[in-house]
Amino acid sequence: MRSNRTTSHTPRTVATAFVATLALCTLSFSVAASLNAQTYPSATDPRNNLKPGLMDAGIALKGMRLLSTAPKPAPFDSVRGLTFVNSDLAFKGNLVYQGNFAGFSIWDVSNPAKPVMVSVVPCITSQGDPSIYGNLLFVSAEGGGNRNDCAKGGVSAPADHMAGVRIYDVSNPRVPKLIKNVQTCKGSHTHTLVPSPTEMGVVYLYVSGSQGARPATELGGCKNGSDPADESNSLFRLDVIKVNVARPQDAAVVTGARIFTGLGPAPARGGRTSAARPVAGADSAEMAQLMANGPRNCHDVTSYPEMGLLAGACGSYGLLVDISNPERPRRLDAVADTNFSLWHTAVFSNDGKKVVFTDEWGGGISPNCQSMHPLEMGGNTTLAIGADKKFKQHAYFKIPTAQTAQENCVSHNGSLIPVPGRDIMVQGWYQGGVNLIDFTDNDKPFEIGYFDRGPVDVPPAGEVDAPVSRARGTIGGSWGAYWYNGYIYSSEMARGLDILELLPTEYLSENELAAAKLVMMDEFNPQAQPRITWPAAFPVVRSYLDQLVRGSGLATARTTAIAQALTAAERQSGVARRAALRELAGQVDSDAAGAKDAERVRMMASAIRDLANATK
Amino acid sequence: MVFHRDLSLICLVAVLAACATPAPRPTPAPSPASAPRPTRATTAAPTPVTAVGASPTTAPVTGASVATAEGAHHHHDMPGMAPITIPAGVLYTEADVRFMQGMIAHHAQAVHMTRLASSAGASARVLRLAQKIDLSQAGEIVLMQEWLREYEQFVPDTSSWRSMSMPGMLTTDDMAKLERARGTDFDRMFLTLMIRHHEGALTMVADLYASPRAAQEVDISVLANDVESTQTAEIGVMKLMLAELP
Repeated sequence: MRSNRTTSHTPRTVATAFVATLALCTLSFSVAASLNAQTYPSATDPRNNLKPGLMDAGIALKGMRLLSTAPKPAPFDSVRGLTFVNSDLAFKGNLVYQGNFAGFSIWDVSNPAKPVMVSVVPCITSQGDPSIYGNLLFVSAEGGGNRNDCAKGGVSAPADHMAGVRIYDVSNPRVPKLIKNVQTCKGSHTHTLVPSPTEMGVVYLYVSGSQGARPATELGGCKNGSDPADESNSLFRLDVIKVNVARPQDAAVVTGARIFTGLGPAPARGGRTSAARPVAGADSAEMAQLMANGPRNCHDVTSYPEMGLLAGACGSYGLLVDISNPERPRRLDAVADTNFSLWHTAVFSNDGKKVVFTDEWGGGISPNCQSMHPLEMGGNTTLAIGADKKFKQHAYFKIPTAQTAQENCVSHNGSLIPVPGRDIMVQGWYQGGVNLIDFTDNDKPFEIGYFDRGPVDVPPAGEVDAPVSRARGTIGGSWGAYWYNGYIYSSEMARGLDILELLPTEYLSENELAAAKLVMMDEFNPQAQPRITWPAAFPVVRSYLDQLVRGSGLATARTTAIAQALTAAERQSGVARRAALRELAGQVDSDAAGAKDAERVRMMASAIRDLANATK
Repeated sequence: MVFHRDLSLICLVAVLAACATPAPRPTPAPSPASAPRPTRATTAAPTPVTAVGASPTTAPVTGASVATAEGAHHHHDMPGMAPITIPAGVLYTEADVRFMQGMIAHHAQAVHMTRLASSAGASARVLRLAQKIDLSQAGEIVLMQEWLREYEQFVPDTSSWRSMSMPGMLTTDDMAKLERARGTDFDRMFLTLMIRHHEGALTMVADLYASPRAAQEVDISVLANDVESTQTAEIGVMKLMLAELP
């Protein structure tokens, strides 16, 4: 796979859907209740009663093994609330960039069993989410105590305050250099890369964060207004920074996209809303007041530049946005579900026809995965994206385990595992651990693997039911877990950097894992999703075959025969192999007609043909 | 179907009871219907004046300890408020401490309100919302208490709403009316009062951010952000629910 930076992008024409006549309240509670039949939580889950401990906690694993845990570097190695926690990850070549609320570190993971520290940059920057683009590292700064000069001790004079995006030159990863602090009115909770589809060397940063605007006395032009229609209002807009990589010191906010206009509060039953949503007895003034309670910014957005799309997790809404012109993002749809407290982040399926949204109920600092916490709160929801570029909500998913009161837990960040023919993601759930979710069937997302540790803190002796008397809990767990070039990297807030390797199971075959490992990226920023393509290879064909066997998608006699034909073809070479594969592709074409899973059979035929064509 | 799980409800009640009770171990988990009623005599005065109830009789042993570090600042200038000592060299301010203390009382009153819903015959929608607010805010109370305890500041308990008054909080009269209301009347009154209550929380967050050097300690800013985004969204939901009541 190529990196976003080098991928050409064709702007897509998408019908304008900014219409105020959306179907209202298309979902009801009864429908919502039928969205999912997952059993939750499981009383017998091995994750339920793990031994507590910081570095010696009990571990439960399924379908993966822990290769290494690199402890935090010394400058960040203390536990004091959120002051020194690790945050998000970015990837380039053999390097992993790990954010921390007090700076960032760069790891060389050439040997994933033994990561080597390349550099540590202390710089107070909560929450420190990083993105990499060529030689530039971008880091989000939101907290009130972040200073321009990175120092500790907080901000005394407004001129010292840094809220926005820091830009580092990391061309020498041993000596990163801070070259610019781009100030924004609302700071930057997170940011998302969108490379320009037309200008080489230009990248946009979509800046997210739901906090209010700074006073104009601190940063000129900022305004904390209540009127969404006020063009001078810093709220109700998505700030866009433009960066020319040749002149990063000139990076600046170029626009504030008003993609929230017309969104009122989320309807109580879930569904859609719009400016035209009638409320009995409300006059226009009251409606305007209601609108002020709509989303005023996103928490996080996920771009899919090759599709020209953006999934915005924006407070009380999930948004679908056309970004074919990155300076003029345009809302296509908005979906609400009041089970979701905080639409937090999103992952598209590779074909762009599905999206998983997460709900960060409790902000990540509360233990919201205990048995008393409802499944449909603080988990994921799966949605389909129709040809009309509208969302349709399908199901909920939440880790099927009862975490303790000592474990801050809620749905958090993840990315796709590149298995051809399936939609699988890996995800971090803070102290709920890391898990693998198959959402190929939008109505039935299910878990196929996990890694979890016991809580960092020991429960207060004999007072498990009395959290009121416990000492201050440690915030920890997986901030985000991502697949990158064959391994899973999980940023552990309190413990360091975990690297995991997937193992074959009944849900994930050796061939599927081998196919996933064929996908190599130069650069990866999880919130800027690249399109995955697979090279022509036997493991790709056999992935489809394994899936057809697993799901009884094709008669056993045929899958057996195809497996034998593939083995025979692989023993041959050159012209003979090519001829054998072409013949097999033709046979598989005709298998599709009578197959239960005809689409998958056709995908396999196509993969066989690609392999034949690639055979010299 | 997963919406109502008996086990979950039992756990829920048990934990909520734990949060609501200053005593460390509530052995029999009372049902929401039998949750303790407020004693009007101890309910706060209606004026929205910040008043931290740190009387010596209610202060826990770990609370209100005074740091003796050189350079510590003492504030005794506000009548009716407990003295707060801010040690030298810390990133938090008196406004941060007052925010955390006040928000505990504020949240605790909201939790009390939500626990009236089931016995008041609230509609399914209001009941569901009430449960969500309860779970959210009970969890945040624990976080705020832990923060205060770590920094050796006075830690209000979950009965503190009866003696503290913060923006948007219900008066004794408001609470008495809410406790008597049933059915749709309860729904309307609950939504109206909870909207005001949430708006008060937003005022508290805005006041915090407006205070010099406040909200720089990252735990406080994360919590304040979460309160702001969650309650802003919930206000919108409640306004729509209110408009749609029969």
